[in-house]
Amino acid sequence: MNKSAPVVEIRDLHKHFAGIEVLRGINLNVERGQTVSVLGSSGSGKSTMLRCINWLEVPDGGEIYIGGDRMGVKSGGVKPMSNRELSAMRARTAMVFQSFNLWPHLTVLQNVTEAPVHVMGVSRKDANDHAIALLEKVGLSHKHDAYPWSLSGGQRQRVAIARALAMNPEVILFDEPTSALDPELVGEVLAVMRSLAEDGFTMVIVTHEMEFARAVSNEVVFIEKGQIIERAAPEKFFTNSDSERVRQFLGRYRTTSA
Amino acid sequence: MNGIKMLWDNLDVFSVGLQNTLILFCVSAVFSFLLACFIAFLLEGRDNIPRRFVRGGLDLMRMLPFLIFLYLLYYGLPNVGISMDVWSAGFIALITYHGAYFAEILRAARTSLPSGQAEAACAHGFINSKMYWRILLPQMVMRSGPLFGNQLVCLLKDTAFLSIITLMDLTAAASAVQAKYFVPLPPFIFVIVLYWSITLCVEALLRRLGRRAQKRGLVNE
Repeated sequence: MNKSAPVVEIRDLHKHFAGIEVLRGINLNVERGQTVSVLGSSGSGKSTMLRCINWLEVPDGGEIYIGGDRMGVKSGGVKPMSNRELSAMRARTAMVFQSFNLWPHLTVLQNVTEAPVHVMGVSRKDANDHAIALLEKVGLSHKHDAYPWSLSGGQRQRVAIARALAMNPEVILFDEPTSALDPELVGEVLAVMRSLAEDGFTMVIVTHEMEFARAVSNEVVFIEKGQIIERAAPEKFFTNSDSERVRQFLGRYRTTSA
Repeated sequence: MNGIKMLWDNLDVFSVGLQNTLILFCVSAVFSFLLACFIAFLLEGRDNIPRRFVRGGLDLMRMLPFLIFLYLLYYGLPNVGISMDVWSAGFIALITYHGAYFAEILRAARTSLPSGQAEAACAHGFINSKMYWRILLPQMVMRSGPLFGNQLVCLLKDTAFLSIITLMDLTAAASAVQAKYFVPLPPFIFVIVLYWSITLCVEALLRRLGRRAQKRGLVNE
């Protein structure tokens, strides 16, 4: 890990599915402690970009660096990483999914300790202590022994955030974390994410929550047809974007949500 | 002759038969299940030539009548220089044959697992065997409870075929007793009741698995 390198660096990222170009040359740096929101209409490629960062999708071109280290490709830059190397790289990132993807056969506490104990080799006791502190942080310390099935969507997503934090990741990738939630449950998840931003966690957030992106991000990125067409500080992005397309997107959002 | 007395006089024959059937059933159930877990693990991952062979093997096994498979092992293999006693032939037949069926149940459960489960495991650094044994398999097993019950009952009934290759199981015991007196009804009804009781125990055990699954919201019953 290189302390001065960006936590995430994306260089000329390309990806296509069945001949359709989904990403067409994405370049993006995320510095330590930054919160970057990624906006764009559905199908613009923003989730795919996020999933390329931790190699859930293997890019067709371009490079990804996590803390200065190349993701998915061995040093030398040609051969793909072995599963073991990939696992070690992925463990430096963490992801929060739209549909939570908690492991239903494990309790809340076990969901949070599973990867630290069985992937990172943390002792059971340390992992438990850490998990208990994290569940406290997301406001679910009373739910240790519950199974995910019995929780509300907002609670599940907060467990998923605790599970991600338990990896001590360099960056947390959020893939539309509130899109599957009832409107009244969105707030509790956003509150947790806001506190993470204040604590200085590095986060990349794909979202449709405009107000949240505006209030919490250091930078807002707008993706359209697989390319970043605007990248600005939130105030500028939301009030005075240079991009006609962004102004149009925001205008439509305002009229539909007003 | 009185039926009850006939059974009573031959209790030792039945008890040996019951014991052998239980040994066959329990050992085969455990090992065919483990074999299936292992086969389902081999099937994890992208479709490739070795995996096609594994799947082909499974299909082949499931298409074979059990008795023919048993005959092949016990009477056929000695022709190519491999001979074994009835117990070995019985165990191998039951474990591989039902292992294939169990594997098929697990394969179906794997297919119906939401893709996000493996993805979340992946994103948290799980790979290969750890992902399979810790994240995927427990869910696959808990979701398949009722199908396992069904298959275990089939396994129990298939142990009866081993009487044909002279293994002294419950069915063989019943045949022996009826051959002694030429009165078929009491011994056969008696062993049917015994088979049925074993089935009830199996189902009770699976209900406990079912409760674990229910507690986790993995079944909708």
